Amino acid sequence: MKGAALFLRAMLARTYPRIIGTVRMPSWLLQETLLPLLSVSAYVFVYRAMNAPEECTGFVLLGGAMAAFWLNVLWSMGAQLYWERDSGNLELYIIAPCSMMAILGGMALGGMLLTLTRAAVILTAGSLLFGVRYHPSSWGMLAVVFLLTMLALYGLGMVFASAFLLWGREAWHTVSLLQEPVYLLSGLNFPVRAVFPPPVAWLASLIPLTVGMDALRQVLFPPSQGSGPSIPYILGLEAELGLLAVLSLAFLFLARYSLGHLERRSREEGRLTVRWQ
Amino acid sequence: MSLLKRRRPWIARQGIVRLGTANPFPLKTPGMIEWAIFTDRLTRVYRRPRSRRAAVPANEAAKELVALDQVSLSVRPGELFGLLGTNGAGKTTLIKILTTLLAPTSGVARVDGLDVVSQAALIRPRINMVSGGESCGYGILTVRETLWLFSQLYGVSHAEARRRIDHMLEVVSLRDRADTKISHLSTGLRQKVNFCRGFITDPKILFLDEPTVGLDVTAARAIRAFIRDWVRERPDRTLLLTTHYMMEADQLCDRVAIIDRGRVLAVDTPAALKKRVQRYPTFRICLTPGADGWQSLGRVPGVHQHAVTAGPTAIDLKVSLEAEAVIGDVVQQIAGSGARILTLHKVEPTLEDAFIELCGHGLSDTEIGE
Repeated sequence: MKGAALFLRAMLARTYPRIIGTVRMPSWLLQETLLPLLSVSAYVFVYRAMNAPEECTGFVLLGGAMAAFWLNVLWSMGAQLYWERDSGNLELYIIAPCSMMAILGGMALGGMLLTLTRAAVILTAGSLLFGVRYHPSSWGMLAVVFLLTMLALYGLGMVFASAFLLWGREAWHTVSLLQEPVYLLSGLNFPVRAVFPPPVAWLASLIPLTVGMDALRQVLFPPSQGSGPSIPYILGLEAELGLLAVLSLAFLFLARYSLGHLERRSREEGRLTVRWQ
Repeated sequence: MSLLKRRRPWIARQGIVRLGTANPFPLKTPGMIEWAIFTDRLTRVYRRPRSRRAAVPANEAAKELVALDQVSLSVRPGELFGLLGTNGAGKTTLIKILTTLLAPTSGVARVDGLDVVSQAALIRPRINMVSGGESCGYGILTVRETLWLFSQLYGVSHAEARRRIDHMLEVVSLRDRADTKISHLSTGLRQKVNFCRGFITDPKILFLDEPTVGLDVTAARAIRAFIRDWVRERPDRTLLLTTHYMMEADQLCDRVAIIDRGRVLAVDTPAALKKRVQRYPTFRICLTPGADGWQSLGRVPGVHQHAVTAGPTAIDLKVSLEAEAVIGDVVQQIAGSGARILTLHKVEPTLEDAFIELCGHGLSDTEIGE
């Protein structure tokens, strides 16, 4: 079978357990939607108590939805190869003729579809509860920004996955280490540029979630609507789109390279099959 | 010719090597076998982390652990080849190298003529591996879905995957559990699923690492029968099996390599290995109680040794001979003395005898963590 067809077949096969898991274990719906909605509500009430601009409520809802993707990238992408190794599946994936990028792609696709549901529920329920109105400047642009954000974010997840292949148990700590700082730097619940000085905001925009969120806010809450102009953004929309495209390519390329490199190192050091380390 | 020019320009310049002139670097000698598996002085050394050195006895606390030491093996296409050794002998390390999961420290390893280090991607479509005692896949998937998932990683079409899955589930008597979730299966049944996984991709070369460990007698027997048939079904299929069940190696394998502490001690057919430990054919003769014909056996020409155990119901005689034909004279001597022979049979050495002779210990005597 030719490379592209095998890649697609393997990717869809690896997507399958994630999709079927959601159908067979519906309890996730409660855990993945209701609980995050509660934490989002807390932020909304804080903003309302402060008489913050109405857009801030929308920002928080968007942040709650996008946080799901970040958690998915960290726990279900980055650390996944580590779990796969412990369960004995990793060596079966390695000796299979399909590319490991296809396996990671399948994990990403499955995770993305699942998380999309969670994000959609949070956005819809939150919007209905708090009366948030969106005024997208362009639905097409919204779709492009979202897809580029996903590509860059899951590209980063693939880089993590390959790095964790070598780190073993350290992966757990690294995931924990990354989770909260990225929450802060990406401005999940506030506009980054309004809080951080420009150098910090620019540095933070190397995190796909930061720049993706900033761009999504620009599309969903354009300056012409309400108190839009008072909220500063990191870069212009076009620049952020360009940055997202560059980050997507860079992370995917880096993931491919690091996966090959780290797989080679792991084979040399015998780490591919050493479990519980 | 281009390859010839690149490698041996002085020969290419001369055109052909003249008849009768010794070729110093033959590319391929006539009749040369393209080995299914070939290793030459294959060595794998693990570096022990400093933290782990303190946990082992001082005499073992070296910086390095030699898991494979200069292993040279050649397996022919179509051969069912066994690796017999204790835990920690290096069997699994060898399989990991051959399946491209582990890089050798030095030496050469080729699978289907391809180098395991530089041509790993070309090897992978041709092989598969099953580790006994392991399960595969995800608890949320059913047996059929799990096998389908792994078939897709090898590009098997859906129709073909379905056909092979049905066949394999029939082989391991799991047809009625095809739609059961993996998480609901017992360890033994999960192991059977893992066994099926190895075959549904129809590999050219299959590596089975202790495939029947932990399985019940009936299942193990069915699996052994299937393995034998699978290899015989197509002449290009090769199977490398590791086991520490002597009987399994004896029954299944065309040839067996005995491996101990990372070194290959012997490679031969099970029959030849057994023959090595028995220089003198040995017979066990059971006589009626009170018979005394055995006392003069030492004087029969060709009798090497004899030993007797007299019991209340029979006399048990063990006689080793310089040649098998001498048994006729022995029987004549006993019968001539008036003793009655109750039973007579030849004592065959087992593979375990050969293993002990070669390794200096039995399979269960050593437990070295791998």
